[in-house]
Amino acid sequence: MKQVAALISTYSSDEFGVCSALYELGGMVVMHDASGCNSTYTTHDEPRWYDMDSMIYISAISEMEAIMGDDEKLINDITETAAELHPKFIAVVGAPIPYMIGTDFQAIAEILEHKTGVPCFGFEANGMDHYTRGISMALEAIVDRFALTGKENSASAAYDSSADGAAPREARSGAVVNLLGATPLDFSLNGSIESIEIWLEKNGFKTGASIAMGCSLEDISRAGEADLNLVLSYGGLAAARLLEKRFGTPYVVGIPVGAEFAAHLAGRMRGAIETGKSLSSYMDIPAPEEGGAGWIAAVGESVYQASVAAAAAMEQGVDIRVLCPLDTDDMLMRPQDRLTPEEDDIMEAIKEEGCRGFMADPMYRPLLPQGLTFYALPHEAFSGRIYDSVNPNLIDRPLAESLYDFRK
Amino acid sequence: MLKKLSHDRNKPEKTGCGCLFDDRSADLAAAAGIGGPASVSLAEAHFPAPFKEGLEYSSPARGTWNIVHTGMLIPESHEIFVCAEGCLRGVVLTAAEMDGMGRYSAIEVRENNVLEGGMEELMIDGVADVLEKLPYRPKAILIFINCQHFFLAYDQDYVFDTLRKRFPDIDFDDCYMIPTLRKSGITPDQKMRIQMYELLKPQPFDDSLINIIGSNRKVFADSEIYDIAASAGKKIVQIHDSNTYEEYQNMARAPFNIYIEPLAKNSAERLEKRLGQKYAYLPAFFRYDRIDENYRKLAEYCGITAIDTSGLRAEADKALAEVKDLIGDTPVAIDYSFTFEIMSLVRLLLEHGINVREIFADGFAAEDEEDFRWVQKNYPDIRVSSCVRPEMRFADRQRDGRYLALGQKAAYFTGTDHFVNVVEGGGDEGLYYGYKGIVRIAELMKEAFMEPKDMKTIIQRKGRGVKSVI
Repeated sequence: MKQVAALISTYSSDEFGVCSALYELGGMVVMHDASGCNSTYTTHDEPRWYDMDSMIYISAISEMEAIMGDDEKLINDITETAAELHPKFIAVVGAPIPYMIGTDFQAIAEILEHKTGVPCFGFEANGMDHYTRGISMALEAIVDRFALTGKENSASAAYDSSADGAAPREARSGAVVNLLGATPLDFSLNGSIESIEIWLEKNGFKTGASIAMGCSLEDISRAGEADLNLVLSYGGLAAARLLEKRFGTPYVVGIPVGAEFAAHLAGRMRGAIETGKSLSSYMDIPAPEEGGAGWIAAVGESVYQASVAAAAAMEQGVDIRVLCPLDTDDMLMRPQDRLTPEEDDIMEAIKEEGCRGFMADPMYRPLLPQGLTFYALPHEAFSGRIYDSVNPNLIDRPLAESLYDFRK
Repeated sequence: MLKKLSHDRNKPEKTGCGCLFDDRSADLAAAAGIGGPASVSLAEAHFPAPFKEGLEYSSPARGTWNIVHTGMLIPESHEIFVCAEGCLRGVVLTAAEMDGMGRYSAIEVRENNVLEGGMEELMIDGVADVLEKLPYRPKAILIFINCQHFFLAYDQDYVFDTLRKRFPDIDFDDCYMIPTLRKSGITPDQKMRIQMYELLKPQPFDDSLINIIGSNRKVFADSEIYDIAASAGKKIVQIHDSNTYEEYQNMARAPFNIYIEPLAKNSAERLEKRLGQKYAYLPAFFRYDRIDENYRKLAEYCGITAIDTSGLRAEADKALAEVKDLIGDTPVAIDYSFTFEIMSLVRLLLEHGINVREIFADGFAAEDEEDFRWVQKNYPDIRVSSCVRPEMRFADRQRDGRYLALGQKAAYFTGTDHFVNVVEGGGDEGLYYGYKGIVRIAELMKEAFMEPKDMKTIIQRKGRGVKSVI
């Protein structure tokens, strides 16, 4: 039945996706939600909470404030706190009750900006959509507001396009690449983002803004100067499209998972810089013929799992098909991938003929039918911190070493 | 300039407190300092709420229980939460972290339910779907509705009547995750303590039984309260003793309920009205005269003479003197999550020469007022700090020299690994109650002073005393 999760976990919500995306940027993020609801985010969805101070707060909306539509208290509380703590920006984030009473977050943001003189955002989250939407709306808005200046020189000048999979002409002229859609909800704190930056350097690129893990608002203000945007998750796609529209910067979708696919991705990035055309890096990798061995279902975020699938196809000749229960886009889904928004959809899909394995967060294991092999791949946005210590870093290393040899 | 932060937990770049705002962390810490909106001297503190309400911060100390933990105390029951995704997130992972996913399911409220209705069908069909998928048949189902239901024209009676007719072998309990109601009427914690006994069905009384109700933790085995009851031929029963749903139902046979936590008052009143069980409020006080008053009430009910507590008092005095001998003038901090009667404990410690310097609390219980006033008068310089004011995000979490903390939040805010890991009055052995409870807490203070703990790891686990998989 739709909307029922009898056996499995629940993904993080849009409200928390906004918080996660903006966490490191020096702003003050206020969830307009009931007292205590912030602890859900800070406990389960924010592995940086203990070690990295950030101004994530909750308005502690009460029943009477909701009934009376008392926005004034919210505005006053935020104004008073901002005057003490001097955030670089303020974000007010919606939740289920404000959604039901029709709170106008854009108007509140405008009033706050007028009163505080600080850039303000109102996010129409409702706690009923996935975190992916929250990351997307937050990153798009922050890039829209702060990335206002572009690059003077042509983006494609850094590369020699004469050879297939062109190499950088000179390391000193390495093209600048922004990373879009980086949050611990998809990448945990297992060193993946640092590994991507190292991989970029290895391939002659320079890391621009890593949005939004390990970058500042100042970095984001220079995002328009990059030669390319690398979209690491659905959450980064809207910001990439905005930067393409505003500055003509092309983007490439994909994560450098595995060794061979990472090399393939680097080649596609060079090509995109040369042509100025955006693309999904894993679309041109054909599904392998497994000789009747069957396929493996992979549940999760579409860019992440499609990148793993591409790596498995290239390195091991294994057919992995993505079942995506989250927000995604046609550009991120291969023909063999599909949307599975409900627990029942996934249960049915993995019972289909030919499905021999099931790769997902460990909290999906109760859905595993008899006879299928389960491949655990923790996903912070699903199981929170429970599997943090075993969440693998898959960046630029053979899958058989970092994850599984799916042929066995 | 912001610091470059590590995103690899295996390679931490520990720099100070990890603050993102190092260039102005001193200003921010000052904002949280004494005299500011988040910290005052006890002389300046208003009772019962020393701090202005506003935006709230949530510290990483997570040892307190929530309604998922409490609901799981009913044996052979299954919890179904009917909530938005964001609300489900906290409860499902609470269940998962206590290894309780087998007793948890969710029905997700989405925009269509808000805009178009259909909540009743969603809940009835959803529960039926859950039951079909579960590998076992629960004896009882706790259905938790949320804040949204209060804003919808939703027919709760119809939902529960229908479920009870369709599944007559299962008892259904209406439960509430309604944090917007924290500041009005019966709070969610109070409501949960009502609902955890709402499934009890009337039975003939057994005069030999006395219930202790409404506590998340079982009273620890050494407490003298068991001896007092036993001396009158009575047996104390608690929900934690029940391994089966039938054993849980035995609680309806006790003619008398004791409740220890103020949050259980409504629960006791409801049980008296519904099952005819009389009740008494015997809080976990730390002042001897008030402990004795508790035992006088219990003796009166049991029809026995009040016990002589002089020996017990001497034991507690001796234990506290040993603490003082060991720790000397070491500063002590305590937070509200340690016990419901925080000022009663602070007064006891101060009266035994222990150097309480800081209190972390945003509010105090009504019955704590007398002790609050006494401490305020005699020790006006003790600092009281908020746990939730926004400035506390940047409060200085380092202290000079060794600090001894009572409670997880006090340990976090003072940055000490020397802390007593007690939450809601309970540690490893259960709820520390009575004179023997004081003795045990004194022992734990000595242990904590001598042996540091892994504070960062310990305080982030949810539900002190519950199994944790992290």
